[in-house]
Amino acid sequence: MKTYLIIMFSAILTDNFVLSKFMGICPFLGVSKKLSSSLGMGAAVIFVMACATMFTYPVYSLILEPMGLTYLRTIIFILIIALFVQLVEMVLKKFMPPLYKSLGVYLPLITTNCAVLGVTLINIDNKYNFMESLANSTFVGVGFTLVLIIFAGVRSKLETADIPETFKGIPSTLIAASIVSLSFMGFAGFTS
Amino acid sequence: MSNLKEFTKGIIKENPTLVSLLGMCPTLAITTQAMNGLGMGLATTFVLVCSNVVISLLKNIIPKAVKLPCYIVIIAGFVTLIEFLMKGYLPELYASLGTFLSLITVNCIILGRAEIFACKNKVIPSALDGLGMGFGFTLALCIMGTIREILGTGALFAETSFEIKIPLDVSMAIFILPAGGFFVLGVIIAMVNKLTNKKPPKEIGCKACPNSAVCGANGGSE
Repeated sequence: MKTYLIIMFSAILTDNFVLSKFMGICPFLGVSKKLSSSLGMGAAVIFVMACATMFTYPVYSLILEPMGLTYLRTIIFILIIALFVQLVEMVLKKFMPPLYKSLGVYLPLITTNCAVLGVTLINIDNKYNFMESLANSTFVGVGFTLVLIIFAGVRSKLETADIPETFKGIPSTLIAASIVSLSFMGFAGFTS
Repeated sequence: MSNLKEFTKGIIKENPTLVSLLGMCPTLAITTQAMNGLGMGLATTFVLVCSNVVISLLKNIIPKAVKLPCYIVIIAGFVTLIEFLMKGYLPELYASLGTFLSLITVNCIILGRAEIFACKNKVIPSALDGLGMGFGFTLALCIMGTIREILGTGALFAETSFEIKIPLDVSMAIFILPAGGFFVLGVIIAMVNKLTNKKPPKEIGCKACPNSAVCGANGGSE
């Protein structure tokens, strides 16, 4: 139980993927403008991360490792993720149109979200077992969503703020992200 | 002549990181040292040139419906190659780049160039375009890495034979921490905007991203 708690807190707070590992910056900057799209993207990412791990972990430990093909993991993992995202898109479109409407636009974007490939690779690097990997992926997704939601709030204030012309848009957003990241540093040492 | 233009446009005018705002994740993550920035930049350049050449050669063979998975597999193949090379010859750099070396696969600069340029152009312009974009990316990473390393540790190229110590004791550790990365990049982009007299981009540069049409970020179907 303790391991899972540690995984949970470090994935969400201390080692947050967006703010301290810099993965998934593009969707973080692109989608965090509105609360509703932040939630949608977050939900899609949690789902894809958890499911991608469910496939990549067995493939790695049951096929690649015994055959000594571990160097192929990048290719195999990205293929699995791309196929999986395509599959989810088709299934949602066919059977759950309302959900597809709200999540569908984010799905293709996720294939190229480095956080998804990153989490599957990090699970292997950290030598987590299957359940730990699954927990880690889910909580990394939760952490991603949390930051997206927090940042949607920050950005709504930023929209109306009076900032110098040169800093408008992306530069001010990055500096705001720096301050949010600074506040997350307060959690450092929380899990060790 | 026009070939030369394909090469130079990526370095300054259409710099992938500072002007088009692509490939932000590695830009922020591995630039704690200038050396890492250089290594990452050159590795990405290698993958970019090779994938541009192969995609340009195969542009009439790859079916439209599955082009994204095809591109990703080609790119991932070259990434695996560079992983091998770096593990063998530069094990220290390999260790410090870590997962981000594998994550070159999903770097949107590479996919973006494949989609925008290589799948429509001949081999030589595609290779030069890749080389130019790669150097532009390397340049941006080196600038970021130099600023962060000097301000963060008070030295440059630490632990290599070219180590330069800065006489002033100015080290502020915050700059090599994640928060400093966001800050430095924000300031650099603001400076580029000022120097080029350009209106700062309102949105992140997802325009080059193959998914831009579906992504809410680009005012797509959202």
